[in-house]
Amino acid sequence: MKKTTLLITLLFIILISACRGSSSSFTQDSSHNEEAYIENKGSDTIVNLALAWAERYQELYPNVRISVTGGGSGTGIAALINGTVDIANASRPIKPEEEQSIEANGIIPVEFVIARDAIAVVVNPENPINQLTLKQISDIYSGKINNWKEIGGEDRPIVRLSRETNSGTHVYFLEEVIRLGDSENKTLFSPDTLLMPSSEGISTEIRDNPNAIGYDGLGYVTTDMKMIAVAKSADEIFELPSKDTVNNGSYPIARDLYMYTAGDPSGAVKEYLDWILSPEAQEIVTELGFVPIGNQ
Amino acid sequence: MKPSLSWSEYIITQLVRISGYSAIVFVALIFFFLLREGLPTIGEVSFSTLLNVRWYPIEDYFGILPLIGGSVIVTIGAAMIAIPFGIGSAIFIAEIAPRWAREILKPFVEILGGLPSVVLGFLGFVVMAPYIRRLLALPTGLTAFTGSLLLGAISIPTIVSVAEDALDAVPKSYRDAALAMGATEWQTIWRVTLPAARSGVLTAVMLGIGRAIGETMTVMMVTGNAAILPKGLGALFSPVRTMTATIAAEMGEVANGSVHYHVLFFIGLVLFLISLAVNIAASAVVFRQRKRSERILS
Repeated sequence: MKKTTLLITLLFIILISACRGSSSSFTQDSSHNEEAYIENKGSDTIVNLALAWAERYQELYPNVRISVTGGGSGTGIAALINGTVDIANASRPIKPEEEQSIEANGIIPVEFVIARDAIAVVVNPENPINQLTLKQISDIYSGKINNWKEIGGEDRPIVRLSRETNSGTHVYFLEEVIRLGDSENKTLFSPDTLLMPSSEGISTEIRDNPNAIGYDGLGYVTTDMKMIAVAKSADEIFELPSKDTVNNGSYPIARDLYMYTAGDPSGAVKEYLDWILSPEAQEIVTELGFVPIGNQ
Repeated sequence: MKPSLSWSEYIITQLVRISGYSAIVFVALIFFFLLREGLPTIGEVSFSTLLNVRWYPIEDYFGILPLIGGSVIVTIGAAMIAIPFGIGSAIFIAEIAPRWAREILKPFVEILGGLPSVVLGFLGFVVMAPYIRRLLALPTGLTAFTGSLLLGAISIPTIVSVAEDALDAVPKSYRDAALAMGATEWQTIWRVTLPAARSGVLTAVMLGIGRAIGETMTVMMVTGNAAILPKGLGALFSPVRTMTATIAAEMGEVANGSVHYHVLFFIGLVLFLISLAVNIAASAVVFRQRKRSERILS
């Protein structure tokens, strides 16, 4: 009886000392041995990626704590303006008026391109439509096309789904797809477009409703939705979004994803951003369905 | 002994008085804050823009009519469902149900009232909206009607709870007198008990409507949030965007002090005034009735 207790105690001591040993091997890495806390907030498109990065990084360097929250690109940049976060995630470049208000606070935002993303146009698997041109998608969302039969589908009304206006994906889709990248074009979303508060809202409705069309980041598309092949115009090749088609530029609805810091980063924030741009962290980008940088 | 007692009594009296007045102070402060943040809208946005039918704030379209219309139609739908069901359940629990059924029903209604609205919203989004789309052959199940059904479910417990208390407070002698005069049970309920409890039942209805018009999370999840101006009751079966959902969805994004920020507070002010109007209307009706009954009794 006494022997077993002793054995267990001994085992504990060995275990504890082993833990000590492993953590001390980390502290040998001189640049990461300080306690640090990084606040990271912004785009919902990036939030899963940022979380995966933060988890991995905290495994590598347990003394750095990273908190990641979503809320939208604008929310993240607003928090950077107010000085409540270290890094703001954005799925669009910073707007001029945001830049002005941040500079009014005496801070210069610094931009990092951290990954690439493609926006997939999705429909219910029952929908027979396989491919659309950018112009057709624009006409659907601006309200010029209201029935699937007008573009060769079944006789069904079109239900348009979109993210809320505070989503970077929404703004990107408006500018690059509905307005076809033309800054003079003032076309808007049709007023009957359903604005869903989350990506999950869009995917649930797409899975259920054969009338619906939606768009979202490639990373959020699951196998029970049907992606549409897109071409810039009818005489070009229709491409499905994938890592390859985004990297070689043949898929037309793709964009860069950003992180912003207030001024040039230093210390733990700089080390974190350097790590994010390393091949090891970019591998996680691929795992989450986004497209890593530097492959083009 | 005596002075210390009067001391503590004094403190307690003052505390009770302060908590009584604090309700007024809080409402006044909230109103003041809404005015301060919302009124700059009138200088920044022209009335023709505000009274437009297009709401697209990131391109400076600030037409709030579709949002007001959305809130109104969802609330009317919810009231049409919640008032008959709520008052009906209250009458059943207070007047008809046997004692044991009453002791089971009342706590269950209260549990229903305690359900977090986001849970109901989630159920509505995943289960009810698809079902409604198939049942009514609509383009989408995310409609004002779906929102009304859920808001009805949310406001029924409030109505039942308050109306049941009011019915319960009607003296037993009223019912006994009616029954002794040869009235049936139904006639007693409809002509005697319910009219006697009228002001309490009306308060219940107003609280229920207040609950429905202010509800946010559920409507944001199930009404589709498309800012279309509802034209007639047919719009009940198409998507709408309510004032509360708009504030909740957009407030997180706006830059502090921007035009959009002021307009969102202006919407809050409109919402505040609407619920104030509902309350004033209700208390005016109750007040008039009380005066009439006093006149009859004197």
